[in-house]
Amino acid sequence: MPGYADPGFDTLALHAGAQPDPATGARAVPIHLTTSFVFESSDHAAALFNLERSGHVYSRISNPTNAVLEQRISALEGGIGAITTASGQAALHLAVATLMGAGGHIVASTALYGGSQNLLHYTLRRFGIETTFVKPGDLDGWRAAIRPNTRLLFGETVGNPGLDVLDIPAVAQIAHEAGVPLLVDSTFTTPYLLKPFDHGADLVYHSATKFLSGHGTVIGGLLVDGGSFDWDRSGKFAELTQPYDGFHDMVFSEESTVGAFLLRARREGLRDFGACMSPHSAWLILQGIETLPLRMERHIANTEQVVRFLAEHPFVAKVSHPLLESHPSHALANRLLKHGAKGAGSVFSFDIKGSREQGKAFIEGLKIFSHLANVGDCRSLVIHPASTTHFRMSDEALAGAGIGPGTIRLSIGLEDAADLIDDLKRALKAAEKAGA
Amino acid sequence: MKINVNGADIYAYTGGKTFNPEQPTVVFIHGVLNDHSVWILQTRYLAHHGWNVLAIDLPGHGRSGGKPPETVEEAADFVLALLAAMGAEQAALVGHSFGSLIALEAAARAPAQVSHLALVGTAYPMKVSPALLEASVQAPEKAIAMVNTFSHSTLCPPPSALGPGTWLYGGSRALMRRVLASNPKVNVFFTGFKACDSYAGGEQAMPAVHCPTLFLIGRHDQMTPPKSARALAGHARLAKVVEVNAGHSLMTEAPDEVLFALRDFLRN
Repeated sequence: MPGYADPGFDTLALHAGAQPDPATGARAVPIHLTTSFVFESSDHAAALFNLERSGHVYSRISNPTNAVLEQRISALEGGIGAITTASGQAALHLAVATLMGAGGHIVASTALYGGSQNLLHYTLRRFGIETTFVKPGDLDGWRAAIRPNTRLLFGETVGNPGLDVLDIPAVAQIAHEAGVPLLVDSTFTTPYLLKPFDHGADLVYHSATKFLSGHGTVIGGLLVDGGSFDWDRSGKFAELTQPYDGFHDMVFSEESTVGAFLLRARREGLRDFGACMSPHSAWLILQGIETLPLRMERHIANTEQVVRFLAEHPFVAKVSHPLLESHPSHALANRLLKHGAKGAGSVFSFDIKGSREQGKAFIEGLKIFSHLANVGDCRSLVIHPASTTHFRMSDEALAGAGIGPGTIRLSIGLEDAADLIDDLKRALKAAEKAGA
Repeated sequence: MKINVNGADIYAYTGGKTFNPEQPTVVFIHGVLNDHSVWILQTRYLAHHGWNVLAIDLPGHGRSGGKPPETVEEAADFVLALLAAMGAEQAALVGHSFGSLIALEAAARAPAQVSHLALVGTAYPMKVSPALLEASVQAPEKAIAMVNTFSHSTLCPPPSALGPGTWLYGGSRALMRRVLASNPKVNVFFTGFKACDSYAGGEQAMPAVHCPTLFLIGRHDQMTPPKSARALAGHARLAKVVEVNAGHSLMTEAPDEVLFALRDFLRN
């Protein structure tokens, strides 16, 4: 596609990484459901294993369908390459495991998905990797938490559960002054709403299970390298800049000036930990990405209408979305996100003026919203943390986690906004009655 | 490895192999705002198949010390000094874009020292538009974007330098930014382009080359169009022209085709 300008986002969402199949003429991306690939000769086989030639060997390491998805997300993020993983959690683990071992230290935002918090706080600690958590907006806290053995700063673009927007430029600067990269979970915003590399982040990952696929049928993760971090200059990443005896004494940063991280992540992380994505999953995620720009526009347009409705409803105590001037991240969201505060995603929480029982009544009063533990689906979703994910916690403990007995989390889908508002109106009435 | 050339430490990627005086040597010379890593697949293969590979970072670029060459002639003298420093009586020279002019001039200056000459993504004259020259100084990020767009021909390259999943537009942009940042004293973007633009010795140099010359051309090259490369080939004594399905970044857009063309050429 020679041309005078780089293709735009919508074009890349459809075409990056893919062309009509040269063997069959198939226009859609074929699903290459095969474990392995035939070598042309013994020399070809040896050259592939020794990274003298590039190609597919075994689908745990790479696969043609997955490669299309990897190129596509890299194109949309403005990165140099990507790795598909079994889940978003696997992508986070792959990033951490590539950068450090026992004795390493991470500084992470407190505003994280619960699964990420578990991995960092409990599981990685068991393997000798410690994490210090700081509030995302506390820039002095980020700086103060850095130790000599810190190897990574990590946060979410728009954090759980209160939609705290991460000040990526400021946190990236702190990370770079310390000679370490900034990794960002961009699941809630997708590259359509925010491109973290443009603001200074070095690595990005997604739970592709959410908005990128959008259809709620697949689990998958994507880890993208911006190619911006200078591992040699940092001097803290012997894994990338010194001979690795696990791969013929290869020095990854000499092999690729900008891609050392990706080389090691694939050649060690996928090879040894093996948390790869099925080609069928990659294909499903590609189907979603093709319509990502259209869907995200609708997600945020619907969200704006729902947020405005809830903010004015007398039975609603609080709505936590940066769209509202009362939200602490309102100004930052306006500065960083493509659509300003409106683009701070379609997953948010609000509090009804009621008890746990009334929260349950609200959920049961809904007809269109599906009650389940996921976000980023094309269908609207709802969950009541006090009666589900956090049901063991007392009201006091819930308050400590920023969750009230009447806190409801919504993920706004693509239905008619008027129908969503009617559904919420009906359920709010039911909840109000349950307290009478 | 690091090689002391004219008092400066010059970096050369060797594919992880030590220099073997019994083997033939190939020197790879990159283009403007690039470094050794643009050749990574081809150089690693050759290094493991019987050649000594020296894929250099030009002086003042990337991992190399020294002063960036301001002219093609100055760079050619550096390459010959590199061969002398290595004790290599003869070597093959492979150059891409700016590097192809350097290789050509070096081969013309010391024909007995060059066994093969491969000009990859070449053109003569290699004029750079005044707007791009100015942008390389005044708005380097904009100039990088322009060069990057014009250097690529496909949105779906095959598995490449970082394996499957490599996004070449992003990789090239990141490398250009990194190489530009590697020299805070001299703008190697402008210096390299200026050297290309002002080189006037191509038509004299080409017939002075005694060894076989491979012209490796990207069919969709917008930076150094095939027509221009073919015109230069007309001045060569022993020219072989191979065209591959790629743009200017042919080493990464068509890595196997470029490897096979180089390997077959260097074998003979």
